[in-house]
Amino acid sequence: MNRDQKKQSTGEPDLKRRAFLQVSLAASGALIVGVGWSGLAMAGEGAGQTWAPNLYVRIQPDGRVVIVSKNPEAGQGVKTAFPMVVAEHLEVDWKNVEVEQAPLDDRYGRQAIGGSRGTPDGWDDLRIAGAGALFLLKQTAALQWTVGVDELTAQAGVISHPPSGRSAPFADFLDGAAEMPVPEVSMLKLKTRPEQFGLLGKFVPGVDNPAIIHGKPLFGCDVRRDRMLYAQYVKCPSAGGKVRSANLDAIAKQNGITHAFVVEGSDNLSGLAPGVAIVGNTWWAVNAARDALEVDWQIVQSDSSGEYANAAARLAAEAGETQRHDGDVEKALEAADTVVEASYYYPFVSHANLEPQVATALYHESGKLEMWAPSQNPRGARRLIAETLDIPPDNIDIQLTRIGGGFGRRLRHDYMVEAAWIARVVKRPVQLQWTREDDMKNGFSRPAAWHHFKAGLGSDGRMSAFDHHFVTFGRDGSTVSGASLSPGHYPAGLVPNFRLRQSLIECNVRTGPWRSPGHSAYCWAYQSFFDEVALAAERDQLAFRLDLLSKAYGEPPLDLERTAGTLHKAAEAAGWGRDPGANRGLGMAFHFDHGSFVSHVAQVKADGNRVKVEKVWSGVDCGPVINLSGARNQVEGAIVDALSTAQLELTFDGGAIEQSNFHDYMLATIDQAPEVEVHFIQSDFPPMGLGEPPIAPATPAIANAVFAATGVRIREQPWRRANIVI
Amino acid sequence: MSKVTLKVNGEERMVEVTSETPLLWALRDTLNLVGTKYGCGIGLCGSCTVLLDGEPVRSCTMPAEGLEGMEITTIEGFHPEGGHPVQRAWNEEDVAQCGYCQGGQILSAAALLDKNPDPDDQAIDQAMTGNICRCGTYPRIRKAVKLAAHYKAEQGGES
Ligand code: FES
Ligand code: FES
Repeated sequence: MNRDQKKQSTGEPDLKRRAFLQVSLAASGALIVGVGWSGLAMAGEGAGQTWAPNLYVRIQPDGRVVIVSKNPEAGQGVKTAFPMVVAEHLEVDWKNVEVEQAPLDDRYGRQAIGGSRGTPDGWDDLRIAGAGALFLLKQTAALQWTVGVDELTAQAGVISHPPSGRSAPFADFLDGAAEMPVPEVSMLKLKTRPEQFGLLGKFVPGVDNPAIIHGKPLFGCDVRRDRMLYAQYVKCPSAGGKVRSANLDAIAKQNGITHAFVVEGSDNLSGLAPGVAIVGNTWWAVNAARDALEVDWQIVQSDSSGEYANAAARLAAEAGETQRHDGDVEKALEAADTVVEASYYYPFVSHANLEPQVATALYHESGKLEMWAPSQNPRGARRLIAETLDIPPDNIDIQLTRIGGGFGRRLRHDYMVEAAWIARVVKRPVQLQWTREDDMKNGFSRPAAWHHFKAGLGSDGRMSAFDHHFVTFGRDGSTVSGASLSPGHYPAGLVPNFRLRQSLIECNVRTGPWRSPGHSAYCWAYQSFFDEVALAAERDQLAFRLDLLSKAYGEPPLDLERTAGTLHKAAEAAGWGRDPGANRGLGMAFHFDHGSFVSHVAQVKADGNRVKVEKVWSGVDCGPVINLSGARNQVEGAIVDALSTAQLELTFDGGAIEQSNFHDYMLATIDQAPEVEVHFIQSDFPPMGLGEPPIAPATPAIANAVFAATGVRIREQPWRRANIVI
Repeated sequence: MSKVTLKVNGEERMVEVTSETPLLWALRDTLNLVGTKYGCGIGLCGSCTVLLDGEPVRSCTMPAEGLEGMEITTIEGFHPEGGHPVQRAWNEEDVAQCGYCQGGQILSAAALLDKNPDPDDQAIDQAMTGNICRCGTYPRIRKAVKLAAHYKAEQGGES
C-alpha cells in the first residue's frame, strides 16, 4: 500500500482541505445547508473571496427534505446514491426525500461523470452536509428543551429526548438551527463503516423510476419549447472534411424546411466540424429534406483499417520506443525454462449510446444562450461553446437532462456546440437531433491496438520476465485520446524483469475515452495471456494468479491484498476447481481501475463454435457499498457491455467509419445475457465508483472460459475472427 | 400533407403528416408524446415500441397514415397511475440504468404477459430480443418480468 492509499484508508476527510458548513433560512422557512472547502491547496485562489456552498440540502417546514444532485445522471445511479448519503447522516426517512437535479453552476464545484470519481469526490461533502445539519438541529433542540445534547437521539426526521419522553419533528427547530454557530467539521460524527449504516448499503430503487416507467420527459430529446424547430447537421463522413459547396437552395425549398446553411467550422475534431445545417418544423421534414442534399466535400485524410493493419504489421517487427525497463528482460528470457509468446488485437469500437446525440438551444437577442443537453462534463461544454461562438461563458446557461447512456461519449460536446451555433443563426429554440447514422459515423471511437507479449517462466512456475510491445495510435508523436497505456500497469512491478515498448500508427480519425478507457480493452489481452502462461507452467489459473499477486518488485502496481481478495471471493462463489460438466468451461480474471477492485469467474457452455455465457460470479471491492441496487446494476450491465463489445468492430475507409446503424453494429440482446451473481467485500476503505471497474475483467473471464470449454484461444476481437459465436 | 386521425391512449388526435411520416415522429413532434424514443429508425432497437391493438410494434418504421381506427398505446398512456404489475416490478427490481430503452421494454413485457402469464427465461428472451438495452439491464429485465407475472397472478390475471 502506498502513502496515498494509507491516508485514504482511514475514511476520514483529507485534513489538507478544510470543510465549512453554511446555513441559512429561506423565505419559505426551509433550512438550507451547504458545504464549502478551503485549505492549503486553495489558499492562493480562493482566499478572501465570497464563500459559496457546493451542495444544498433543504429541510422544509412540511417535513420534506430536498437534496440537490449536482452531478449529471447517465444511469450510473449517482442521483440516488448521493442523496442516500445525506439522508443517512441527517437521519431522515428516505420516503420524505426529494431529489432535485442541479443545472451547471460553478458553486457546485466538479459536475462531471468520468473516471468513476463521483463517489470518492462526493463522499465527504455529502456526509458533512447531512451530519452538520443534524448537529445544528440537535443543538437547537437541546437549547429549547434545556437538556444535554448527548441525551438526544434522532430518527426518521424526529428528535427525541428519551429521559423525558419528549420528541418533535425537525420542522420545529429550523428557525433556531439557522441561528446556531456552525460546528467545526471535526465535531461531526461521520459514518465510515457498513455496520454503522441504516440506509446505506440497502437496495434502493432509482429516484427517477416513476418518471421512467411512465415515459415522462427526462432526456435531452424530450425537451420541448414554444416555437421550437428541429435540426440535423450533416458532416463529412471522412473526419475533418470541409464543405466546398452544397445545393442549399434546393434544400430550402423542401416541405417544412425553414433554414439550410453551411457552417464553416474549425479543424478541431472535438469541436464544431464543418457541415450543413438543415432546420425545419418537424424532425421528419428535416430528415426527408436531407435525402435531397448534395455536398461537395473536400476530404483531408484517408485513414483506412487496411492501412492501419499494414502499419501495425510493419511496426511489430521494429523495436518501438521503450517506456519502461526493469531488470534485463532479454537476458531473463534467454535464461527462462520456457518462453511463451502471443499477440492480441482488438479493433475500434463505438460508444453507441442508445440515445443518439441531441441538444436543444435558444439564443436570446441579449446574447444569452440557454441550452438543455445530456453532458458528462457540462463545464467543458460551456468552455467549448464560449470559445467557438466567442461569447462569455457567463452568458451560457446549461440545464442537465438525464443522459441516455454516457460511457465517455458525452465527454465530447460536438453536438452541443453545433446546436448552439445553429440556434444563433435561427434565433428560435432549436433541437438538434442526430440520426443513429450520424451518431455512429461521428463517434469518438475507442482505439484499436495490438499487444505482442513474451513471458519467461522459471522452474518455480513463476514469471521471471515479461516483454510487451504495444502498438497503438498517435498523432504528432503522442498517443491519441483513449490510446495510451500506463508504464506502471501490471504486470509491471509483479515480475523482476519487465519491459514495455510502444509504437504509434498515425491516426487522423476521432478517438476518445470509452468506459474505463484503455482498461476495458487491454485487460482482456493481459488476462488471456496470463491464462496461456499458466497453462504452459501447468498450473491452476487461480493458483498462478494468486502467486503473481503475492510479491511486488518495487512499487506495487495495485493493492495486492485487495486484488487477491476479490479473486478469492469470485472463485469461492463460483466453486472454482469443480468440473463444470461436458462442453462447459470456467474462466477467470482480476483487475483494478478507477479505485475499485473486481474479479470475475465466468461459466460458458459450448455447442460447437456457439457459446452461451451461462453465469458470471463477481468479487468486488469498492469500499462500503452505498446503494446495493445501483452497485449491482453496474456490475451486471458492465458484463453485458463486455459481451456486446467483444462481438463488435468499427472499420475505416477513406477516413470514414464504415458502419452506420445496428444492422452492422448490433449490440448484445437479452438472449445472450448471463445470470450474474455479485459479491461485495465491504472493506475498510472509503467508497469508490463502480461505473467503470467491472467491465475490464469481464471480457477475459469470459474468453478464458471459452478456451476451457472449446480449446479455442481468442486472440483477436471481434470474436467471430476466432470463429466463436455468442 | 394529409390529415390523419389517430386513436392514441384512448383519445382521438388529429395529425397533419406527409405520407411517409412514421408514427414515431407523429407522436413525438406533432403530439408531443416524447416517451416513445428514437434509437435507430430501422426497426432494430425497440426504443420506439408502442402497442397497436395490444401488439408491440416498432413505430419508427410504420407510417402514421394507415393506422386510423387502431388503438395506439404509448408508455404515457400505459396505466398512467402506475398500477400495472409490469411497472410495479420494474420499479421494485430497479431495472433502469439510463432508462432510455425502458418504455419500450415495459410495453414489450406487458404484451408478453398478456399472452403467456408465466414465461420462463427462454420465453422472456424470445419475446424481448427486439428491445436492445445498451446499459445491459437484461438480467434485471428477466427478474422483473417474473415478478410482474407473480403480481399479475395475484390480481387474478387482471391488469
Ligand atoms: S427506433 Fe424504432 S426500432 Fe429503433
Ligand atoms: S437502461 Fe440504458 S439503454 Fe436500457
